[in-house]
Amino acid sequence: MTASALATSRSTQSTPAGSSASAPLLAVRGLQVDYSHGRRHRGDDSSPAVDGVDLEVRPGSMTAVVGESGSGKSTTANAVIGLLPESARVTAGRIHLGEVSLTDLQASGWHGIRGSQIGYVPQDPGNSLNPLQTIGKSVAEALRIHKRADAKSARAQVIELLAKVGIDRPELRADQFPHELSGGMRQRVLIASAIALRPRLLIADEPTSALDVTVQKQVLDLLDDLRAETGMGILFITHDLAVAGERADEVVVMQAGRVVEAGPAAQVFGAPATDYAARLLADAPALMTKSRRTAVTSASSRPFVSVENLTQVYARSQNQVIGVEEVSFTVDRGTTLGIVGESGSGKTTTGKALTGFLTPQSGHLRVGDFDAANLGQGWSARRHRLDFRRTVQLVHQNPYSALDPKFSIRQTLLEPLRNFGIGSRGSRPELVAQILDRVALPSSFLDRRPRELSGGQLQRVAIARALIAGPELVVFDEAVSALDVTVQAQILALLDDLQKELGLTYVFISHDLAVVRQIADTVAVMSQGHLVESGPTEELFARPQTGYTRTLLDAIPRPVVGA
Amino acid sequence: MLVDTKYLFLRLGQAILVLLLAFTAAFVLLSLIPGDGVTARFADPALGLSADQIAAIREETGADSPALSRYLLTLAGFLAGNFGFSVQTGAAVSTIVAAALPSTAVLALSGFVTALVLAVIIAVLATYGPTSGPLRWVRRALDATPSLFISIPVFWLGILLIQVFSFQLGLVSVVEPGSAEALVLPTLTVAVPLSAPIAQVLIRSITEVKTSPFVKVTQAKGASEPWILVHAVARNAILPGLTIIGLIFGELVAGAVVTETVFGRNGIGQITAQAVTHRDNPILLAVVVIATFGYVLINLIVDLLYPVIDVRLRGNRTSTLAQVGTAEDTGPAEPVSGNFAGGKES
Repeated sequence: MTASALATSRSTQSTPAGSSASAPLLAVRGLQVDYSHGRRHRGDDSSPAVDGVDLEVRPGSMTAVVGESGSGKSTTANAVIGLLPESARVTAGRIHLGEVSLTDLQASGWHGIRGSQIGYVPQDPGNSLNPLQTIGKSVAEALRIHKRADAKSARAQVIELLAKVGIDRPELRADQFPHELSGGMRQRVLIASAIALRPRLLIADEPTSALDVTVQKQVLDLLDDLRAETGMGILFITHDLAVAGERADEVVVMQAGRVVEAGPAAQVFGAPATDYAARLLADAPALMTKSRRTAVTSASSRPFVSVENLTQVYARSQNQVIGVEEVSFTVDRGTTLGIVGESGSGKTTTGKALTGFLTPQSGHLRVGDFDAANLGQGWSARRHRLDFRRTVQLVHQNPYSALDPKFSIRQTLLEPLRNFGIGSRGSRPELVAQILDRVALPSSFLDRRPRELSGGQLQRVAIARALIAGPELVVFDEAVSALDVTVQAQILALLDDLQKELGLTYVFISHDLAVVRQIADTVAVMSQGHLVESGPTEELFARPQTGYTRTLLDAIPRPVVGA
Repeated sequence: MLVDTKYLFLRLGQAILVLLLAFTAAFVLLSLIPGDGVTARFADPALGLSADQIAAIREETGADSPALSRYLLTLAGFLAGNFGFSVQTGAAVSTIVAAALPSTAVLALSGFVTALVLAVIIAVLATYGPTSGPLRWVRRALDATPSLFISIPVFWLGILLIQVFSFQLGLVSVVEPGSAEALVLPTLTVAVPLSAPIAQVLIRSITEVKTSPFVKVTQAKGASEPWILVHAVARNAILPGLTIIGLIFGELVAGAVVTETVFGRNGIGQITAQAVTHRDNPILLAVVVIATFGYVLINLIVDLLYPVIDVRLRGNRTSTLAQVGTAEDTGPAEPVSGNFAGGKES
């Protein structure tokens, strides 16, 4: 079926034939899941991970389960498909798929359900395909497991499925391996293999949270089309309220293992009944309509950061550049520049050059009085390079891997002091205590190891580590992308406060326009290695000058609220 | 095209270099040992040779010529396939080695294959064994076997096997056994300690692969545990095992030396043991070079197998499929450089 045919079938769809509104496809009643062991690091090992959850999915409709990480939404999904970790078990409640009671199934019974009745689309397309198998084989797997096709007829079906999920040249693609495909394409492959046997229910566990907004939109559109076409129901797990609000029919909000609010999407978004839902809603960046402030452009002095014609080309094909080419921008002291773009647009390469981790092929980079494109070579310039490193600090995306797991928080924060020779042996503990206080962490954290902290707490430590050196410019590379919306909002507020107090200059790299809108004074939009547009944040959001920026803006999910 | 020819030649060059270095190191070390084989063989007063006669022999064997010229001469001989003559018996080293090699090769091969089978069985049962029920202990016990097996001394195991299987149970004869019968106990002796590191590595890699998201996806498609093991886990888990196989070849040689001595088998191991006692340097040198050759060959095969098993290691694949490309909805998937912040897809 072609894309246009799909679009027509979607536009003409009403409710799928034969489904009466009263018979749910999936019914979860009073579900309770308990982890018997393995939760020792948290203090709440007595309470169940999921407690008293009720939800329904109707044929052809989508139910979204929303909540922060640790709220039990993924555990709920795993219980539905019978893939809870060994330490967890369902202690109460029932799950029904049509007439089948899933909670009573034995191992042999599950084989007839998984894959054929319930499809599963996982979160991370990077690791969810067997790296040693062609994608054609991965898609054919379900057919082969359930003996619905031999090798030859499977091939024809695979190509049909790949075409259906919108993969170009499916005959060629079927022989490619996962590492040869982009994240968006891998997610499509995972969807193709999940729907191979036309399951009645599709469980999608954060299927788009690792994707760019434009790709996210395509994948969500695809799910909508499949739902309309086949009448399957979707249980959609997400932390992103904006996505849930835009796409789901029903929304279930979870907190600490319990359902705190449930109802039609329009109702939950229009008038959230609980504080928690209201807070999630308020913190969702895509739903923020205003930026924090407009740039206080000081026309007087020269800009603190100045980049001219930065060029670092790794590879080039036709008009696309891998790397960056002829990128120029400036950042005033005490302001924030947001750099946005899809993956592969050259954002990270720009950040690398700014922080002096890359000497560009050509172009000028000035940070304060430093020439970042030429920091000098050898022993004689060592002092100079050290001063530069102290002036410019970097905060990474993934706080879990950015901190040494063997270091206590105290050691992590002492390291830059020692390396830069800041303070004395006696005064350093005081400096560490001060900075921890600044990022609003209790001093009892000093002797903890990274694994004992949550993602948001770890990111605060990473920020503290960057700030303890006393930098003037901090480059954040996707620094909040891995965090929940609520934590994200807290970190953004913290960054804002720190900037005001310490007069810092930020360069904030993100694929998420909504986040950038909250924090940045000026925005630079990058695509395929080029800077396509830049300007004051509000102006750019209100009047995008290029088609590319408009595409990016249009891809931001818009929930039903106030529409 | 699975193997890059340029890579193949590079690896062959490296292999030759390793052989040359091993030969040189062995030669230098053997010449550093005070005394030499000629003295040990002929200066024995019981032979009653005069000082002149000994000097003539030394002259003839070149025992007193400068080290460098002896080195070059020996090297030239090795390159031409002439390993020199045994100081002890006067026979050509190549003859002695050729007579001993087949028996050792058979033992090494059967020991190696048995070790592999043993390791795979242990690893699979330790990771896929019953998690509940009365046979639950099997899994736990097998998980601990590698540490047990690696601590067993080869000579002790050999003696134990003879004691139990030959003398007490009378299953296998060690006195004038048939050729296949003679192989059973030595093979086990070699295989048991050899299987330990392979099993250990396989257990760890299977455990790791089992937790991968893609295994969960396969489970969600309705696959049974055996199906998952065969189709999803096995191939991914095998790579670390392959690496260890290349590394334990040295142990195989050492194990063969002791085993052949314990079981009185004529082979490379036994002539090595004799050559050490008699300072028979030409034989030792030949054994070192042969062992190194085996080691280099195994590791070359292992290295060439990696890209066959793991597509991501096939360097030239992307270029042949360039027309299909990776650029799609997201543009190029990742910059060519390492992503210093860790990409979103990492």
